[in-house]
Amino acid sequence: MSRTARIRLFWGAAAVIAALYTMACLRLPHFGTAVHPYGDRAVAATLRQRTANTISSINFDQRAFDTLGEESILFGAVLGATALLRRTSHDHNTRPRPVRVLPSTRLFGALLLPVALLTGIYIVAHGQLSPGGGFQGGVVLATALHLAYVAADYRALQRIRPRELLDQADAVAAGAFTVLGLAGLVAGVAYLQNVLPLGTFNTLSSGGLVPVINAAVGIEVASGVIVVLAYFLDQTLFATGPAGGAFRKKAER
Amino acid sequence: MTGVATLNEVLALLALLLVAAVGTVAVLTRDPSRQAVVLAVLGLGLALLFTVLQAPDVALSQLGVGTAVTPLLIMLTVRRIRSKEHQARQGERDERGGPDGTGANGRGGGS
Repeated sequence: MSRTARIRLFWGAAAVIAALYTMACLRLPHFGTAVHPYGDRAVAATLRQRTANTISSINFDQRAFDTLGEESILFGAVLGATALLRRTSHDHNTRPRPVRVLPSTRLFGALLLPVALLTGIYIVAHGQLSPGGGFQGGVVLATALHLAYVAADYRALQRIRPRELLDQADAVAAGAFTVLGLAGLVAGVAYLQNVLPLGTFNTLSSGGLVPVINAAVGIEVASGVIVVLAYFLDQTLFATGPAGGAFRKKAER
Repeated sequence: MTGVATLNEVLALLALLLVAAVGTVAVLTRDPSRQAVVLAVLGLGLALLFTVLQAPDVALSQLGVGTAVTPLLIMLTVRRIRSKEHQARQGERDERGGPDGTGANGRGGGS
């Protein structure tokens, strides 16, 4: 397709989208109004399920099946990165050298790493009560661990990062979400329906299945992100073989 | 629409303008490693916007994924590709030289 044809196609499509988008926006409810048809129904359902955080109730109870799909996407991405970035015999395995850092930086890391990890666990555990949950807390946990690399060196990170265990934890937690849904089928209702006792509203054990799924997602996201970052860091820091690694080797043959 | 904007609306407008401005900067930045930094700032702006629009859950995700993890992954990828290109060029100079091989290493820079 020539350049002019492409630009014409773009302007044609842009005009159609602009017209339809304007029409759609004209019929929207006004910004910041108090009436939200979907919101009102979701909040009512949330209160019935005794879950204080409506978002968590939607994500892990009312529309848990959607979240299962989202979580599987992350698991697939981790699996793909693992398969693509695995070590080949071409890559040289150099050992990370100890790096000298300022004592104040080291102290900062040593003090903040446990605090950051605790924050992550808190956000995962309180997903059914306050903003946060498995996804958010999991990412906090994963990034918190890398404070060891920022404040010390790669050897310190390796020491607190059990990779094989995390690999397995990722898979087990992703499977746990799927298996937890079967509880509904065992109880004779729909897949992923909230069948556990709902507990007292606004306590840590409320929400039935919500905190359990949250914990599984938290473990899956945390270990998944750590594993992906581990492969990326390894590729960047150590897997630099002579004359450009695997690509170059293939080109030579 | 009453005509008088509330403080919340003003904050939302400011956050929206900030996101639009940083988003434009991200598009206009051509160097991928600089783009990653702009992306992190954009993530921060979006997190601010979501907070103002009373969506703290999404703001938290945005803060973790958009501001920390994604820019880091981009930075690591860019660094890896650059070191490969550098080594491929040096390898060619060490041998007798030739135009082979570098094409495969140079890809993946764009988004």
